[in-house]
Amino acid sequence: MSDIILKAENISKQYRLGTVGSGTLRDDFKRNWAKLRGMEDPFLKVGAVNDRSQKSTEDYVWALRDINFEVKQGEVLGIIGKNGAGKSTLLKILSRVTAPTTGVIKSRGRIASLLEVGTGFHHELTGRENIYLNGAILGMQKAEITRKLDEIIAFSGCERYIDTPTKRYSSGMTVRLAFAVAAHLEPEILVVDEVLAVGDAEFQKKAIGKMQDISQGEGRTVLFVSHNMASVRSLCSRGILLENGLVKLRGSIHEVVEGYLSIPNNRSTSKKPNYKWLKIAKIALNNSLKSQELYNGEILKFNIEFQLLKEHQELAFCLCLYDESGGLVVALNTYHKNEDFFKLKKGFHNATIVLDKYILNNGFYIVDFFANDFKGNIYFQLENAISFNIVDDNVRRGEYFKKKWNGSVSLLPEVIILK
Amino acid sequence: MEEQEDWLYEINAKQPLLAIDFKEIWRYKDLLMLFVRRDIISAYKQTILGPLWYLIQPLFTGIIFTLVFNNIASINTGGAPPFLFNLAGITMWSYFAQCLNNTSNTFASNAGLFAKVYFPRIITPISQAISALFKLSIQLLIFACFYGYFVLKGYALQPDITLWLFPVVLGVLAILGLGLGMLISSLTTKYRDFRILIGFATTLLMYVSAVMYPISEVQNSKTLLEYAWLIELNPIAILIEAFRYMTLQEGIFNWGLLGYCGLLSLAIFFIGLIVFNRTGRNFIDTI
Repeated sequence: MSDIILKAENISKQYRLGTVGSGTLRDDFKRNWAKLRGMEDPFLKVGAVNDRSQKSTEDYVWALRDINFEVKQGEVLGIIGKNGAGKSTLLKILSRVTAPTTGVIKSRGRIASLLEVGTGFHHELTGRENIYLNGAILGMQKAEITRKLDEIIAFSGCERYIDTPTKRYSSGMTVRLAFAVAAHLEPEILVVDEVLAVGDAEFQKKAIGKMQDISQGEGRTVLFVSHNMASVRSLCSRGILLENGLVKLRGSIHEVVEGYLSIPNNRSTSKKPNYKWLKIAKIALNNSLKSQELYNGEILKFNIEFQLLKEHQELAFCLCLYDESGGLVVALNTYHKNEDFFKLKKGFHNATIVLDKYILNNGFYIVDFFANDFKGNIYFQLENAISFNIVDDNVRRGEYFKKKWNGSVSLLPEVIILK
Repeated sequence: MEEQEDWLYEINAKQPLLAIDFKEIWRYKDLLMLFVRRDIISAYKQTILGPLWYLIQPLFTGIIFTLVFNNIASINTGGAPPFLFNLAGITMWSYFAQCLNNTSNTFASNAGLFAKVYFPRIITPISQAISALFKLSIQLLIFACFYGYFVLKGYALQPDITLWLFPVVLGVLAILGLGLGMLISSLTTKYRDFRILIGFATTLLMYVSAVMYPISEVQNSKTLLEYAWLIELNPIAILIEAFRYMTLQEGIFNWGLLGYCGLLSLAIFFIGLIVFNRTGRNFIDTI
């Protein structure tokens, strides 16, 4: 069993809150005094769980706490989590930019990290000189760069400007050149931050393709951090979900992405309204409360059980369906269909909102639920109320077209041919 | 199952005091040379005179020093022409000052780079010492030219036999500059005060480093006698004097003092290195 190439044991990282200014000298002194007497660092004990939104009374905070994981040779591991979950800190520790407060990372291969493209570019130097400099900074040998120079230049598409100082480059060209260097790195372990989110669409495609080649074709071990669930899903085989500095979930990338998408998010900071007269008892999809997998040939029935303590004339329900990258696919509102719905009496009710089959494309969806009225007042709001995954039943397009159909919806056209 | 202990390397929370991986530094030698190249190329890019500035700086400083210290303050430079005497001091001093100033900025000016990628941090100060050699060699060339000029003019100048020790003197000077620079750059990451300090401290240091006067002048002066130890024990002053003795046979050359310089510089260098290494692991959190 020697195919484990990287192993993290009890990695923790502590940061000090507030300004590093007055008091640090005193803390440093206390720390060193404790060390001298052979005691434990007094500040390692304190520190709260890293929850950004909670105000803390502690001066120190754990950005990461007891992270353990293993990466096998040739595996592409996705590290995902909301902002502030500790992804970047973990990457920094992995790429040896900063040391962990406790714990150890053992590695059998050399780690090259791409936390940013174009690190160390000097704008006075020419493109060619920068390729050498950047390559060497990323850990390549000079001979290795010389061997790949033509390939790098061709990949960047900057042949014409290669002997011009990079300060004359457009920002896009700089990024392309930088990514070209990075893409030709050949370390045993590659650590990649969200560098793919650069350049124009065409270049991004090229970059993701190259990433796929690296991870699949060449059997390289890659640790990949991104917010883009689509690219995480297509590149990675396994994943780790971080939340507030702790490993919340690990497993197949599918499970982890789902776990990520079902974390309640804080995208709206407005206070969630809660009216006493409206009680939502249950929101279910096809009789299930849990995240589930459905065929695109199934009719989606969103079932809402609720109680009204007073009569309401204009109540409506809204379901917002988001795809895995957070884009709104469709917003379904009941008053668009049934205006009778408004006049509800006091008591228990059971409403079903139906979405026909063969409308949603394959993929993961997440649903926000709202109870509102005509004027736009929101009476109830529940983010991530339900999530589900749509898979193709291969009935419509048959076995012939197996891949995901492009586009965010997947409708079958009516075709009328006039003779 | 067999315990797997054949790890290539470990990233640890704790680290031995003096953990220097020479093999790793050797692996990054290409980066070292590319840094040197970058520094030299970019220093005078988009200037008209380019590396000529390396000539102009010491030349004008030499002229001013000669006017002020020799013609106005009439400091005695022995048998050597005052201009050459000053040039020798300036050449050595500016090498030291460049090593010190550039290294003392290591963390501050490379923060962007260090925050994103790992390589042995020690590469940067070493590259600074090497690229400063480029400037030094140009300045030594001017020194040699003027040396020849004054010999032709009839001065009885002759290098001393100890000139072969020049690389050693230079090495000690470099180690001292690097050591102090690394120490200061490490402190700067946490306490910015040192960055302000270093600016005028180097200027003040120059005046107690026997750059434009011989140590004997201080020893012979009645008013300064009680402060003479400041200069006598200043390793930079001793090294500059030694250089002048080697080339102009003016000044003090003392094996004991040189040994003291060497040991002191090594000690400072290692302290600097330890502090630098420790800082390099975590500085990105505090800068």
